[in-house]
Formats: sequence, C-alpha cells, structure tokens
Amino acid sequence: MSVPSIETRHLTKRFGSFTALSSLDLKMSGAKCVGFLGPNGAGKTTTLKLLSDMIFPTEGECFINGLSVREGRKRALADVGVLIESPEIYASLTPNQALEMVADLRGVPVSERRDRIATVLEEVKMRDWADKKVGRFSKGMKQRINIAAALVHDPSVVILDEPATGLDPRGMAEVRDIVRGLKKRNRLIFMSSHILQEVTDVCDEVALIDKGKLLFYDTLQNVTSKFADGHPTIDVGLSHPLADEALLGQVAALPGVTSCVLLEPRRLRLKFSGGPDAQEKLLESLVALHLGVNSLSEPQSVLEDIYLRQIAKGD
Amino acid sequence: MAESPVSSESADPVSPRLQVPGTVDQIIKLTRYQLREYLSSRRFVALVGIVVVIAAIITFIVADLQSNAAVKALLASPDAFYGSFWGGGAGFVVVLSAVFFGGDAIAGEFQNKTGYFLMGLPIRRSAIYIGKYIAAFLASASMLLLYLVLLLLNGVHYFGASAFPWQFLPSLALALVYLMAVLGTTFLFSSLFKTSAYGFVLTAILFLIGFGLLQTLITSVVKIEPWMIISYANGAIGDVFAPTINWGLSGTVTVTKVPLGRGGGFDTVTSYTPGVAEGVVIMLAYFILTAIAGLYLFEREEFT
Repeated sequence: MSVPSIETRHLTKRFGSFTALSSLDLKMSGAKCVGFLGPNGAGKTTTLKLLSDMIFPTEGECFINGLSVREGRKRALADVGVLIESPEIYASLTPNQALEMVADLRGVPVSERRDRIATVLEEVKMRDWADKKVGRFSKGMKQRINIAAALVHDPSVVILDEPATGLDPRGMAEVRDIVRGLKKRNRLIFMSSHILQEVTDVCDEVALIDKGKLLFYDTLQNVTSKFADGHPTIDVGLSHPLADEALLGQVAALPGVTSCVLLEPRRLRLKFSGGPDAQEKLLESLVALHLGVNSLSEPQSVLEDIYLRQIAKGD
Repeated sequence: MAESPVSSESADPVSPRLQVPGTVDQIIKLTRYQLREYLSSRRFVALVGIVVVIAAIITFIVADLQSNAAVKALLASPDAFYGSFWGGGAGFVVVLSAVFFGGDAIAGEFQNKTGYFLMGLPIRRSAIYIGKYIAAFLASASMLLLYLVLLLLNGVHYFGASAFPWQFLPSLALALVYLMAVLGTTFLFSSLFKTSAYGFVLTAILFLIGFGLLQTLITSVVKIEPWMIISYANGAIGDVFAPTINWGLSGTVTVTKVPLGRGGGFDTVTSYTPGVAEGVVIMLAYFILTAIAGLYLFEREEFT
C-alpha cells in the first residue's frame, strides 16, 4: 500500500485555552486538487502551518510522503511547495535572485536552475519583471513570485493558503490555470480558499472545517449529491430591504417553497419543489406580494449553498 | 480518519534528482544570500557613513588640537594613539554594527513576514539562525575593518607606515571576539521579541549605557571586580596597547589615592583592569550562553 502524500493523525492545536484545531484526521494521496474550506478562524491556515512546521501541534502528528514533519522537517518538506500567509520577500532581491535562493537551498541542480526559474516565472506571468527589485512590487505581483517560489523545484505536493489573495481577476484565473497544470503533471494540491467558485472550478475534492473540526471530506461530486437537497434554488434580488418578518413568512408560505432564507437585507434565497411550471407560478406570486423583486438568479455555486448550510448548522 | 475518497493515480514520488543540500552547505548558502542582502541595504550605507564620520571627528580633533596636553600625550607614541582611539572606538563600532545588522535579524522575520518565505523550505531552523548570524558577523566585521583602515591612515600620517604596533593583531582578535558576544546577545534579544524595535533598543541601551552603569555600580558600591560584565571584558581591546600587558586569567587591581580637597587627607579609588585571557573567557562565555539561548528560543518560536 502506498504512503499517503499528506496525513494528519489526531492533529490538535491549542493557543492557550483556545482550540484552533481539534483532532484532525486526514489522509490524502493521488494527483488531484483538494479544496480546504471554512470560515475565518476555522483552522485552515493553522492546519497548513502545522503541515509545514511553522507552528507545532499540541497533540497528534502530521506526515508528508510518510515522513513526520516535526521529527524531520528537512526531509519531510523536501518535495513540498509551500505558500502560506502571503510572505514578504527580501525587498532588495529581484524575482530571479529570490527564486535562485530558493532553488539553491532546495538543491535544484545548477544545470536546471535557470530553466526552472524561467518556466515558473512564465507560469506566473512575471518574466518581464524578473530583474526588478521585489520591494517595488504590488501585493499581487509579490504573490505571483510566492507562487513561483512554491513551484520552482517542481514538487509532488503543493500546499497553498489562499493563493489568489491580492490578485486581480486575471491573476485569479491564472492561478486556476496553474493548479490545473499541476494536476495534469500528477501533483497533489492541498489548497485553502474562500473563493468557492475557484474551488468548484479546479478542485476534485473538498474538506470543510469549522471551529477546528472537520465537517466532511469527500469528492466534490459526492458532496454535491450528499448535501444538496435536490430542490431547485433561486436568489431573489430586492429593490429595498425586506424588514417585515410577516412578509417573509408569507414568502415562506407560498405554494412549493421549501425554504426561505434572507441572505442579505436585499437578497432572498428560495428553494422550491416542482419543475418550470412551479417556478413560473412562484415568480408570479413573488411579484404579487410587492416585495420589490428586481432580479432572479441561480446561486453562483451549489457548493456555496452547502457551505453556508453546513456552517450555519454549527452556529 | 477522513481518507482520500477516491483512490486515483498516485502523485509522483519524491523526485530522486532533488538532493537537498547538507545543513553546513545550506548555512553557507544562506550566509551568502543574507550577506548580499546586508551589503545592498540602506543600513549598510548608513553605517559606512557613521564610521566615516567617527573617523573624521578623530582626524579633526587630533589635527586641530595638537597643542592640547591631552592630545600631545596621545601623539607621544603609536601605542598611546592606537590604544586610545582603537580601544575606545572599536567597541562602539561593534555595538553599532551589531544593532544595525543583528537587531532585527530574527524579529524582522516575524514582523516583516519574510520568515514565511524561508520556513517552508527544507532547512533546519538552526541553519537559518546560524546563517543569519554569520552574515551579520561578516557585515559587522567589515565595519570594524573600515574603522581600522581609517584610523591607520591617521596613524600613518603622524607616525609613518612602519609604526604599526604588533598589539593590533591581538587587539583586532579581541574586538572580533567582542563582536561575537555582542551579536550573540543581539540575536538572543531578536529571538525573544517578534518586534524589531525591541531588539534594536534593548541592545543599544544595554551595551551603550546599561553594562557601563552596572560596571560602575559593582566597582564602586559592591567593590568587587566586575568580571561578569561584558563591557569590563572588552576593556582588553585597548589594554593590550598599555606599556605592561596582563595576559592572565585574573584582572589587575589598582588602588589610587585621591586628595579630599581643602580639609586634607586622601580617599582611595579602586579600579580593575581585565587580564586578556580573562576578557576572552568572559566574552566567549557571553557568546556561548546567548547563542544557546537564542537558538533554543528560535527552535521553539512559532510563526503564528
């Protein structure tokens, strides 16, 4: 049986009396992208920092390619690319120099170094900036260099903490392309993200964590079929805030409506049973209630719906 | 245990072509990169400027006040000149350089988040600490050498190129041992705090004021040899230029009678001068203890 690429056993981290991570057991291997989801403070970054030995577990252990991170960080991190917390790069270095340092310390052979650096700089679209000092770069440009640094040695395991942080929409799309490229090259990517659309686009599996506890870890397909309730969902945009609870009750009582959630003062999420006819009738009824309906749309992602409901359960 | 729900083709195993360099090799590499960072930094340029200004002040004072009795005494022999200006100035340059290069060496990794760039690499924390320490040592030593060269240019003007006292070699070695100790302490403070300013301020206050004050208190109030104070030990840097040198492991005690003024009578003032070997032992002890403590702290410091 092959050794898992990433494994955590009863991984627990406490900061004083606060438990940031509680007995996390995870095992992942294979060439794929695993999305790590959860609200702020859920324990995502804590987990990734534990995996890269930036912080130490209170209990439990974590392993990369079968090697204990705590007992032998040097060997365990040899074949891993890590990007955590958008690090700062020494301001006086150029991307070429920064990546040269990383490649040198990681043992990338001199004969391959120049090509590898050029390749990753091309991947993150920073080749034109290769000889400019990092100190003058924007946050997004620095993040691109950080991504390049995580990939310069062509690792088999890549750990990314919110890689799209600070990037513009084009940059975000490029990160997705990089992740897809890594999957094609048989790499395992373990990536935390707040952007559910990004996770839906590139991840094969998702792990959801909240308050330090793993809620589920499964394929995106299984998660969707297991946690989605099968009812069609629509988001209703309103021209003015819906403050009247009685009116909200009337919406919930409309024929076919199975759930009604006020996501924002001007946005309702409705689930209903039935097909297109039921939807047509529902829309007519909504308009008749004079709620100020000004838009109707399907939720951006089924995952978002599942995410919100799972997190709400724990509150 | 939440396991990977799908058994798919395995990710490529650890690439056999990638051989992570040995720890010593990594320390050398890190030292090289860190030194390059120091040498291209603004603080390096600023420190060069400060050292040049210090040397310029010495040049001006000596040239302008040659008729002054005190300056005359300094110009009486190369030993007196170098003993005074090297002995006094080297310690100051050491402290200044250590504060500039070591004050934020570790704390800055936390505060500026540059540490996150290094911590994901397969490198021992001790290798990072040692590499940064050696780089700071070399950068600081270059300042000491600059000061030495500027002072020698002054000395050559007054005494000629041939009047190069042999004591310079042991004195320079002592200054480098002092640098090791001061940097060790600076790195310890830098590991202790996650804010660079604390490391800077604490080291500067302690070495420029604190230790001197303690030394005076111990000598005059407790009336014992202040062997535990590093500022006492570094006196050996200038003392090797004295007419008689105490190379030993114990200090020299000098009791001086001081007249009490109109009423007549005398009081006695006791002063202590460290033996050279004693100075070395004290400075090495500071270096070893602070290095162990600093490394211990950095090994356990979390990048939260």
